[in-house]
Amino acid sequence: MPKPAVSVFQYPRTATEMPCGPYAKAGVIVETNAGWRISRPVIAAARCVRCQQCWLICPDGAIDRTGESYAVDYNFCKGCGLCARECPAKAITMAKEDGQGE
Amino acid sequence: MVKVIDLPDRELLYGHKACPGCAAGTIARLILKVTGERTFLAYPASCLSTVTSIYPQMAFAVPSFTAPFPATGAVLSGMAAAVKAKRMQDVTVLGMAGDGGTADIGLQALSGAVERGDKIFYVCYDNEAYMNTGVQRSSLTPFGATTTTSPAGKRGVKKNMFEILIAHRIPYCATASIAHTADFLAKVEKARNTDGPSFLHVLAPCPTGWGFPSDQTMAIGRLAVETGLWFLAEYEGGRVKMNLAPKNFKPVQEYLGLQKRFKHLGAAEWALIEGQRDREWADMRRKWGF
Amino acid sequence: MSNEAWEGRRAFISANDAVSYAVRLCRPEVIAAYPITPQTSVVEKLSEFIAGGGMDCQFINVESEHSAMAAVMGAAMMGCRTFTASSSQGLMYMCEMLHYVSGSRFPVVMMNANRTLAAPWNIYGDHRDSLAMRDAGWLQVYVENAQEALDTVLQAYRVAEDAAVRTPAMVCLDGFVLTHTYEIVNIPGQREVDAFLPPYAPGENVLDLANPRSLCISVAPEWQTEFRCQQQAAMEAAKGAIARADGDFAAAFGRRWGGMVEEYRCEDADYVLLGMGSVMGTTRLVVDKLRAEGLKAGLMKIRFFRPFPREEIAALGRRVKGIGVIDRDVSFGNAGALYTEAKAALYSAGGASPHTVNFIAGLSGRDITKEHIETMYRKVMNAAAGGAEREIQFAGLRWEEW
Repeated sequence: MPKPAVSVFQYPRTATEMPCGPYAKAGVIVETNAGWRISRPVIAAARCVRCQQCWLICPDGAIDRTGESYAVDYNFCKGCGLCARECPAKAITMAKEDGQGE
Repeated sequence: MVKVIDLPDRELLYGHKACPGCAAGTIARLILKVTGERTFLAYPASCLSTVTSIYPQMAFAVPSFTAPFPATGAVLSGMAAAVKAKRMQDVTVLGMAGDGGTADIGLQALSGAVERGDKIFYVCYDNEAYMNTGVQRSSLTPFGATTTTSPAGKRGVKKNMFEILIAHRIPYCATASIAHTADFLAKVEKARNTDGPSFLHVLAPCPTGWGFPSDQTMAIGRLAVETGLWFLAEYEGGRVKMNLAPKNFKPVQEYLGLQKRFKHLGAAEWALIEGQRDREWADMRRKWGF
Repeated sequence: MSNEAWEGRRAFISANDAVSYAVRLCRPEVIAAYPITPQTSVVEKLSEFIAGGGMDCQFINVESEHSAMAAVMGAAMMGCRTFTASSSQGLMYMCEMLHYVSGSRFPVVMMNANRTLAAPWNIYGDHRDSLAMRDAGWLQVYVENAQEALDTVLQAYRVAEDAAVRTPAMVCLDGFVLTHTYEIVNIPGQREVDAFLPPYAPGENVLDLANPRSLCISVAPEWQTEFRCQQQAAMEAAKGAIARADGDFAAAFGRRWGGMVEEYRCEDADYVLLGMGSVMGTTRLVVDKLRAEGLKAGLMKIRFFRPFPREEIAALGRRVKGIGVIDRDVSFGNAGALYTEAKAALYSAGGASPHTVNFIAGLSGRDITKEHIETMYRKVMNAAAGGAEREIQFAGLRWEEW
């Protein structure tokens, strides 16, 4: 899935490794948001019409439209349910979160 | 015209800590898809900074920085001047601030930048209160809404930023709703391509602060427009165009009734709000001739 | 850039003009400023230079001082050399931004035309404005005359942009007494200045499309102390950079201002007055007069208030009998800022401390006369001899004998 991935951040170990001022490399993710979810969207590929609506409106950008069928990046989906609610084909249902990551 | 299929798959905002269902998340994410990787982004201390840029997790992939609360317009001017000084081509100097950072503490700096004609694209994502600090009243909080500093409901009406920007004779400004995504994306593209300052005022329904379930962000956004409590318009070349002018509005309680912040209102207040709405629309029709 | 008629010449100009020429010679790429008396003629002249085509620089007419500093910060984070100037109420209005710029480590250089703070309303000079900003994390340097103002701006960029420093610098000029007084000033040539001050080479704290970074980010308590410690280390490193800049400047231009402090006739002095800015010019004359009378008087001009010359003052304390401190400021409820800090430096010197007296003088543009200064020396001598002297005195109060 072409989504940004979690990386290990090396914190400065000495004063000389400190950045000069409060800045950091952009686009660095050190932890997921998976633990926020109480329910998870499940996409029924057979019903999906690839209209891109879920991909477009997801506040977290957690829908992937590039694969054979649409998929959810469960590392970053917070389970808000917007995709299921707005899906015109009713292809997404919210399932009770089983606590498993991707 | 922006086509959704042409928007890049690469996410330039990812892994942020916004509440589930946050409209500002969608707004920022989609704007960056239009402006692209050659974007210099400034946002003030706000929801957007708090959920994106706490050391070391950096959710924005473009060069960005957290501006002081009152200063977004001014830092954008400095960045735009640097773009000229460095003779950079094909870049977007983008600011994204909330309602407080735009209409209250940031109004002076925004006014200055627009008056100077600096080439900046300023977005106000309007969640109608100081959400980052815990839902305090702003000048863009609508009439009647409870916040933690207007517990009985705000007296007084929402400031009209669209007209304030028009008063600057800005080259391009528009209002938008994240629930009207095609209209929103078209306006983002126009604003970005404007030669000079541009301003986009986007209504950003906030599940946490407004009190509605996180899957209803778009539904609430649609209802705001369908009840006539928000409008979609643009000002370009000295003229206002109303993008959507409903013949008949839905009753305001269909919008208000879904949100905890309006729960204390009854038929009398609904009628009052409807009266305000109708006067506003009559005024807009008269001024802008649609 | 054309070889201007004023380059490498002597000119009869105000200190504000001297600053304008200095800034022009430093080739800033972006200037943002908001007018306030007595700063205005600096930015007017810079506007003229730019409008006349003599300066390749973006000038932003901002709508407030807060925005002036915000705009130069926006340009600095894009990697530009920048300049702004302000004074008094304007500096107060910038306060938030001063901290932001220093904490973000952008080497902005600004001029402050020292002017008192309302109320009572008054446009004339004292040091209340910049001293109120002493904790803003900026280098602060106070100058005595127009030539020093010009030379110090050139040095300020060198020091601020030093890789070990990367800290903004505020060059402070006494309002009117310096800013609007005309003197003969040597204006260096562009080529010499270019050799002394190379083009700005920013650090990694820039917005860069090729290497995207997030700047001015939030930092939790777990890491704040390390960032703050870094700012303190940069200030300490500035002391070396200031000495190097002074030495290199002397080699290039033949003038030397002393770096952190300048001592005048202190070698064998028993009684020394400390002070900052233009009053030190008058004090020199009094030192000469007292020396002619056989009294061992001297003065120490504090150039840099940040970083503070702790070591220099401590060393002075070890060899003199009495020290008076002239403060054009008072921190109500304690004493003058310079006095407070100088006394702390003396305490850490060890050994027998000299007697100290604080003279609050020159507030809101009130003249400090030679007679006042001579009285100060005599009061310091009296205190050192065990005579009764109040520790903190307002010099020349209308209803007191001075």
